[in-house]
Amino acid sequence: MDNHDNQENLGFLNIQSSLYKTRISPKFQKRKPYQPADPRRILSFIPGTVLEILVKAGDDVKKGETLMLLDAMKMQNNLKCGIEGRVKSIPVSKGDRVSKGTLLIELE
Amino acid sequence: MAISKKLRELQEKREKLHLGGGEQAIEKQKAMGKRTARERIMALLDENSFNEYDLFVEHDARDFDMDKKSLPTDGVIIGSGTIYGAPVAIYAQDFTVAGGSLGLMHSRKITKIMDHALKMRIPLIGINDSGGARIQEGVNSLAGYGEIFFRNTISSGVIPQLSVILGPCAGGAVYSPALTDFVFVVDNISKMFITGPEVIKTVLGEEISMEDLGGARVHSEVTGNAHFFAMSEEECFDQIKKLITFIPWNNSQKALAFEPGEPLPEYNINKIVPEDPTLPYDVKNVIRAIVDKSDFFEIMEMYAKNIVIGFGRMGGRTVGFVANQPLEMAGVLDVDSSDKAARFIRYCDAFNIPLITLVDLPGYLPGVDQEHAGVIRHGAKVLYAYSEATVPKLTVILRKAYGGGYIAMSSRHLGADFVFAWPSAEIAVMGPEGAANIIFRKEILSAKDPDGMRKQKVEEYKAKFANPYVAASRGYVDAVIEPSETRKFLLHSIEVSGNKDVSMPHKKHGLPPF
Repeated sequence: MDNHDNQENLGFLNIQSSLYKTRISPKFQKRKPYQPADPRRILSFIPGTVLEILVKAGDDVKKGETLMLLDAMKMQNNLKCGIEGRVKSIPVSKGDRVSKGTLLIELE
Repeated sequence: MAISKKLRELQEKREKLHLGGGEQAIEKQKAMGKRTARERIMALLDENSFNEYDLFVEHDARDFDMDKKSLPTDGVIIGSGTIYGAPVAIYAQDFTVAGGSLGLMHSRKITKIMDHALKMRIPLIGINDSGGARIQEGVNSLAGYGEIFFRNTISSGVIPQLSVILGPCAGGAVYSPALTDFVFVVDNISKMFITGPEVIKTVLGEEISMEDLGGARVHSEVTGNAHFFAMSEEECFDQIKKLITFIPWNNSQKALAFEPGEPLPEYNINKIVPEDPTLPYDVKNVIRAIVDKSDFFEIMEMYAKNIVIGFGRMGGRTVGFVANQPLEMAGVLDVDSSDKAARFIRYCDAFNIPLITLVDLPGYLPGVDQEHAGVIRHGAKVLYAYSEATVPKLTVILRKAYGGGYIAMSSRHLGADFVFAWPSAEIAVMGPEGAANIIFRKEILSAKDPDGMRKQKVEEYKAKFANPYVAASRGYVDAVIEPSETRKFLLHSIEVSGNKDVSMPHKKHGLPPF
C-alpha cells in the first residue's frame, strides 16, 4: 500500500455477516457482554457505605422487605427485596465502603 | 523630551498591574510548565496588535477580609487584537492572581469582551486557567458564570467561539468551553472536570488522579469534549492560528480565500482504495489527494476515529470534510461518531462552509451496548444535521454505502446537491453476504451444499446490486466518475453552488435529538 498508509494492529469486525479487516477501538474491546439482571443478586446501584444489615444468611425474606441500609450521596437508602426467597450469603459487612455494582446480598 | 508626571504615573501603574499576582506567583506558574496569561495573549496574537481593556478594574468584595485584599486586574486580562490580520476578541484568566478565581468583576470583564465580540461580529477566544469560583464572593461568582454561559449560548452560531484550556477548569466553569465551538487542550496542563478527585474520593471512595479524571488525553480520546490536542502551549497556539484561517469572522461572511494549489503528487487517488470492500485504507489520504496542497486540518483526531472530520480548501475556499474511516471500526456509524459528525456538520452550516462527504461504510454498529447507549437518538443527529444544512452539500461514494448508513451520509434523499460515485461504489440495502442470507434463505437451506449455494447467491447479488449503477439509474447518483476526476467534479460543483439559496419554513428553532 502506498501513501503513508499505516496498517498496524488490524483485526476483524463482523457487520451483517461480512468480515471487515480494520482496527478495533479500545472502547469496543472493553465493552461488557450483556447480562440480564438477576433479581437474586442484589448489587449496589450507587457507591456508598453499608450502614446496617437487617438480615442474615438463612433468613426467609419477603418481597418488599428492607434488607440493608446503604449510605450514599448523604442519603440513607433502604435496599428492598424484589422477590421472595432465602438469603444465601452476604459478602459485605457493616461499615464497608462499596463501589457501584458490588454484590451486597445473594438470595437462593 | 521630558515625560510628564502624569504620564509616568500611568506607566508605573501599568507596569505594576502587568505583573499580575507578582513575581513569586509568576515563578510558581512557570514551575508548572505554564506561561503567564499575558505571555499567552502575546504569543497568540499578531505582534503589537493587542489592545487591553479594563486593566484597572478592581473588586469591591467586603466579606472574609476581602476589603483588605487587592487583586490586580481581578485575575483576568481582556482585550482585542488580530491573528494573521483577522480581528479577535480575547480574554485570558490569570492564575497568578488569586488562582484565576472568578469573582463578580472578573466575570464582568469577561462578559464585557463577550458583548464586544458579539456586537462587532468577531471571533472570541477564551483562555481558561482558573481554580474556580471565588468562594469569598459567594453567589456573585455563580451569577458571573451564569452570565458567561448565557452569552456563549446567544453568540453560538453567530461568531466563532474558541476555548483554550491552559490550567484547571473545574466545576461550573467547564460549561463555558462546553458551549463553545472548539476546545483546545494541552497535555499535562489542561484539567477539566465537574467534580474533582478530592470530592470523588470523599463521597464515593474512588481514587483517581486529576490527569486520569479530566486531563487533556481523556478529553481528546474518551469524552470527546476537546477538539484539538497539543503537546505544548506553543503547538496549541499554532493550532488556534491555523483554525482561524479556515473560519469566517461571523455567520454572515465566508472564510477568506487563499491561493489555490494542486494536491501533492505523492497522494495518488487511483491507488488508495482497495477493491475488496472488506479491506481497510486511510481515508485521510483520499482527502489529501483531493484537497488544495494536500493540506487537511483534522478536528477531533483522537476521538471516534471511525469518522474523520476537518477543514481543507478547494480552489482556495474553505470546505468541511466528513468521511467514514474504513481503517477504524470499518468506518461504522455509532453513538460517538454520529455525535462527532453531527456537531461538525452544524458548525459548517452555521458558518457558510460547504460540506464534502466521502462515503464508505457498512452501516451502523450492531450491539446491545450501542442500542442501550441510544444509537437511535444519536444516529438521528446525523440525519438531522445533514437535512437541515443549507450550505452546498457534495457527496462522493467511494465504495460501500449500505442501508441506513447510505441514507445518513449526505445522500440525495437528505438534500445533497451533488452526489458522485466511483465505479467501486456499492450502493445497496445491505452487504452481499447479509442480503444473500435473507433473500435466498430457502434456496441455501434446501441445497445439498448450503455453503456452495450461499457463495453462488452472494456472487449473484454482488453482480446485480454491488455497484453504483442501480442508484444512478434512479438519479440518486448524479454521475459515476473515475477517482482521478473527483477533484475536478468537486471544484466545479463548489463553483456553481456559490450562490446556493434555499429557504426553510419559518420556525423558532428545530428540535434536533439532543
